[in-house]
Amino acid sequence: MKKREAKKEFTHGLKMGVPIGIGYFVVAFSLGINAKVAGFTTIQAGLASMLLMASAGEYALFTLVAAGASYVEIAVMELVANARYLLMSCALSQKLHPETKFFQRFFIGQSITDEMFGAAIGRDKFCTAVFYFGMMAVSIPGWTIGTMLGVAVGNILPANIVTALSVGLYGMFIAIVVPPSKKSRIVFCVVLVSAALSTLFAFAPLLSKLSEGIRTIILTIIISAGAALLFPVDDDGNIIAEKKKEVANEQ
Amino acid sequence: MNSNIYLYILVAFVVTYLIRVLPLTLIRKPITNRFIKSFLFYVPYVTLTVMTFPAIVMATGSVVSGLLAAVVGILVAYFTENLFLVAGASCIIVFLAELLINVLKG
Repeated sequence: MKKREAKKEFTHGLKMGVPIGIGYFVVAFSLGINAKVAGFTTIQAGLASMLLMASAGEYALFTLVAAGASYVEIAVMELVANARYLLMSCALSQKLHPETKFFQRFFIGQSITDEMFGAAIGRDKFCTAVFYFGMMAVSIPGWTIGTMLGVAVGNILPANIVTALSVGLYGMFIAIVVPPSKKSRIVFCVVLVSAALSTLFAFAPLLSKLSEGIRTIILTIIISAGAALLFPVDDDGNIIAEKKKEVANEQ
Repeated sequence: MNSNIYLYILVAFVVTYLIRVLPLTLIRKPITNRFIKSFLFYVPYVTLTVMTFPAIVMATGSVVSGLLAAVVGILVAYFTENLFLVAGASCIIVFLAELLINVLKG
């Protein structure tokens, strides 16, 4: 890639990273309060955030450490809480620019998060490594500093502001899912089914006893596999059933 | 206890890092299998939706403000497609709704 092109990609990544970083800062702040309860110092919590970059994974870490869990328990819980990143990593491996170098993948991998993954997948054609690094340059400090501040001064913020800020992350998820649902009726239906089944799983007897992480994994695998069987995608990432219809309409 | 915390962080880091990096480094060619390709196409939309619903409705002080956050978020996303606006609008509507609910409660 040419230098000028790389610079443009990096700047674009920075711009995408700003709203993500601000959102992270806010969420990390409340996470920091959890860390403090678990006995983490400001430095320890900051280190955990910088290395893990995972809201559910860190929440699990802090609560388990507070409960005096064993190392094995922590390892298993991290596996469950972060298993969706395994799927995202597979998906991202297809989306990364073919020129992405091997060593660059080791850095990108560390920061596969729901939002950055969403932004990368939302790009036309390929996602370059430099674009991803641009997002990381804002998001990692936002997440880390937010956590540290949460430990240091978490009790100062009024409760109603903390409550309001807690939906920010979900707002971001919605912003990632809605545009493709607008374009494709099949994606819209898959999203609708996902929301319905997830709500059912959360309240149904027995099923609701499963942890949130496990429910997420089970539903993701079942629904995505079902959609893949019913509505396969062609090599360019278009749903075949919808493409045929378009062709038919043109004729 | 204090020194243990670093070990806890290390364990959590190693597991989380391997989960994320192994697929990204091992799968370096385009996947040709149609089913896997299609499966991976749907994964992000399904996971994000499953994580958002019903969690967003339960995240706030009341179901009403949570529902409002979801509805406003979807509307703003539909019309603007702007990540930051959507997140901001959801937060503001929850703040206002909770304020109103508390006033009504007296």
